[in-house]
Amino acid sequence: MERQIWPYIGRRLVMTIPVLFGLTVIVFFIMALIPGDPATAILGSYATPENVAQLNAQLGLDKPLVQQYLTWLGNVVQGDFGRSYNQNREVIEIVGERFGATLILAGTALVLCSIFGLLVGIISAVYQYGWADKILTLIVLIGISTPAFWLGLLMIMLFAVQLRWLPASGMFAVYGGGDLPDLILHLILPASTLAFIATGVIARLTRASMLEVLRQDYIRTARAKGLNERRVIYRHAFKAALVSIVPVIGIQAGFVLGGAVYIETVFQWPGIGSMLVNAISTRDLLLVQGGVLVVAAAYVFFNLVADVVQVMLDPRVST
Amino acid sequence: MKQTIRTLLMGLAVLAGSTLWAETPPNVLVVGQIAEPQSLDPHAVTAVNDFRILVNIYDGLVRYQDGTLNVEPSLAESWTISDDGTQYTFDLREGVEFHDGTPFNAEAVVFNFERMLNEDHPYHDTGPFPLAFYFGQVAEVEALGEYRVRFTLSEPFAPFLSNLAYPTGLIISPSAVREHGEDVGRNPSGTGAYQFEEWEANSRVVVSRNDDYWDGAPDLEAVVFRPITDANTRVAEMLSGGIDMMVEVPPDNVATFASDDSFNIYEQAGPHLWFLILNLKEEPMNDKRVRQAVNYAINKKALVEDVLQGTATVATGPTPPAFGWAYNEDLEPYPYDPDKARELIQAAGADGAEVTFYVTEGGSGMLDPISMGTAIQADLAAVGLDVNIETYEWNTFLGRVNPGLEGKADMAEMAWMTNDPDTLPFLALRTEAWPENGGFNSGYYSNERVDELLNKARTSTDQAERARLYKEMQEIVYEDAPWAFIANWQQNAVATSNVQNFKLQPSFLLLLHDVSKQ
Repeated sequence: MERQIWPYIGRRLVMTIPVLFGLTVIVFFIMALIPGDPATAILGSYATPENVAQLNAQLGLDKPLVQQYLTWLGNVVQGDFGRSYNQNREVIEIVGERFGATLILAGTALVLCSIFGLLVGIISAVYQYGWADKILTLIVLIGISTPAFWLGLLMIMLFAVQLRWLPASGMFAVYGGGDLPDLILHLILPASTLAFIATGVIARLTRASMLEVLRQDYIRTARAKGLNERRVIYRHAFKAALVSIVPVIGIQAGFVLGGAVYIETVFQWPGIGSMLVNAISTRDLLLVQGGVLVVAAAYVFFNLVADVVQVMLDPRVST
Repeated sequence: MKQTIRTLLMGLAVLAGSTLWAETPPNVLVVGQIAEPQSLDPHAVTAVNDFRILVNIYDGLVRYQDGTLNVEPSLAESWTISDDGTQYTFDLREGVEFHDGTPFNAEAVVFNFERMLNEDHPYHDTGPFPLAFYFGQVAEVEALGEYRVRFTLSEPFAPFLSNLAYPTGLIISPSAVREHGEDVGRNPSGTGAYQFEEWEANSRVVVSRNDDYWDGAPDLEAVVFRPITDANTRVAEMLSGGIDMMVEVPPDNVATFASDDSFNIYEQAGPHLWFLILNLKEEPMNDKRVRQAVNYAINKKALVEDVLQGTATVATGPTPPAFGWAYNEDLEPYPYDPDKARELIQAAGADGAEVTFYVTEGGSGMLDPISMGTAIQADLAAVGLDVNIETYEWNTFLGRVNPGLEGKADMAEMAWMTNDPDTLPFLALRTEAWPENGGFNSGYYSNERVDELLNKARTSTDQAERARLYKEMQEIVYEDAPWAFIANWQQNAVATSNVQNFKLQPSFLLLLHDVSKQ
């Protein structure tokens, strides 16, 4: 590590603190701005002004907003994320449970979309304007423009209801099961749906970067030297193109985490996305805060990893 | 490379061959629920979705008789009511144990109600208990012996027994509360037909047969409740054999299941009313003729048959027919009569009046609120009212409607599911229930006779007398038309044909004690 990678990582990590702090402020006050409150959500039809006031007092929501935020922040710094109003459980416990499931889903999808995105991009670039390029481009565009939840439902209708090859939803079989093959079976549909959507961007970008690199002089030189084409493409061109592709994969990691919200809802995947949807609609403020904080931290982390990898790959990027 | 792909494909083929997921396990019932439960502490929850699990784990002192909303003995074998209607003395069933092995007795009953109602109780902080007001009239609960318990009410309160049969009255093991504190909702222990096994967050709640159940052990070995929030996914799971039963089937899918012999559809009218609150404080709805015109103008039959595809029936008045004894059978729904509506509106000088209509995107018991709202808008336009819809997400909607419609809107959608004919009119039609007094009378209806009837019906313990009072109330409210009465929802469920002896209850509770599976 002669290029001082550790101080760079350290600086980047310090920079994430104001980002996460700002984020919690924004989320906190947006949640306060949306009409409705946790007490109304919990009481439903029984939400008389009187009952709401009483429950709000029990939940500590009758205090001024700034004071509520500072109390929350003080507790978080000490590792206490509070309790979910709605589930009456520790936020950290819920988020911990859910985040693991999301990582499995989003991680698998990211690996799949990276592999297919790179492959499709390379093939499209190598056979530019050929029939393979045209067909792949069409498929990729369909992927980019398909709503995730709709594709998810179609996949369920085909593979679960019609063909009965795969389970329609959930993470494990309801009874028995719980082992790795069971998990993989349940993972195939949601992960490939999510990956299909995310593949497009990586494929398009890989294609563009590869085309750019393939026009460079040194590629012509390499070919002129009589190197075999496969070696030119994979060793010379692809490695150079990867530098501009890696950060996009980092961004796609964030996209996949975000897309997991829809996919998790459709496939009933017990992850953090479906948890957030539910927490927002029930105004479960502390749970939303905890969940958003974890997702944001993950997003920042993936970007950091992508940047570090880019630094290591490309001598021109300065730390 | 080729070798790897071949291995992978073979692995997949093996997995695909073991079609585990396509069938639910024998003698285990898998139920598709609409959401993850909030808690399994009966005193802490408010949602029907949670109640569906709770009634299988817990018993109350009394319960609703099969197929009705009448109260019958459960953990209490009998009871007496003092002549002034303020003291209820229950004789409890002997020899019943909670699933954790501790005995059920009078002390346990006292513990349950003290915990919910007495702020000084050491376990009151394991709440909050949002529906504790169901027992707001309870002044004291005393154990008069090992198996006798007496409730003293601050005033006569006729719905008391019916409220005891509601899930908020279910009895939880005091030692479980002591052991788990505020986490008891995830470690429930009751006396019910099934005992709690495990709760895997957002994946399943498993309960297993209670072999010692006092009312006879159930047939099923276990029941698995799966939360599947997306209605389409729930339907897909049902079609693909991932669940044996689902509740709240979307109207669009009922026909699919009906045409397939491997499924049975269950329907049951419940104590539900879907209505429009009309704002009596402001023009044009302050004129009774306009309010009646609204009732005449809306084609309710088309709403329940086309929009709701037969999953509801046309409502008549403020009391749903499911409350058999209290329902006034002499009343007929307002007929669909646009000509008469137009006449009434013209007579009131309200032709072309602008009307603001609050519509929600969805919510508990709201059925298909946007489509229904749009259809109603068209019906009212046809008779000369210029209706502007404002749509709000459910919690926002409640936050705008419950404090009262004055200065904001002329009409608002609303739906209620209750367990006693007292609840809805008492909370939403009395003068004392105007929003500023903490009630739900968001349209400011006020009729002295209705107030008198409702107050009287609440304090009488004679059911025949109460019935007479409620029926008169319905006649007056029907005529005054403070609401537009639209629909009574028929709850539905689908189960595979393997599921036997299943019945939906008018209480909307999902009782699985007698169910078996082939």
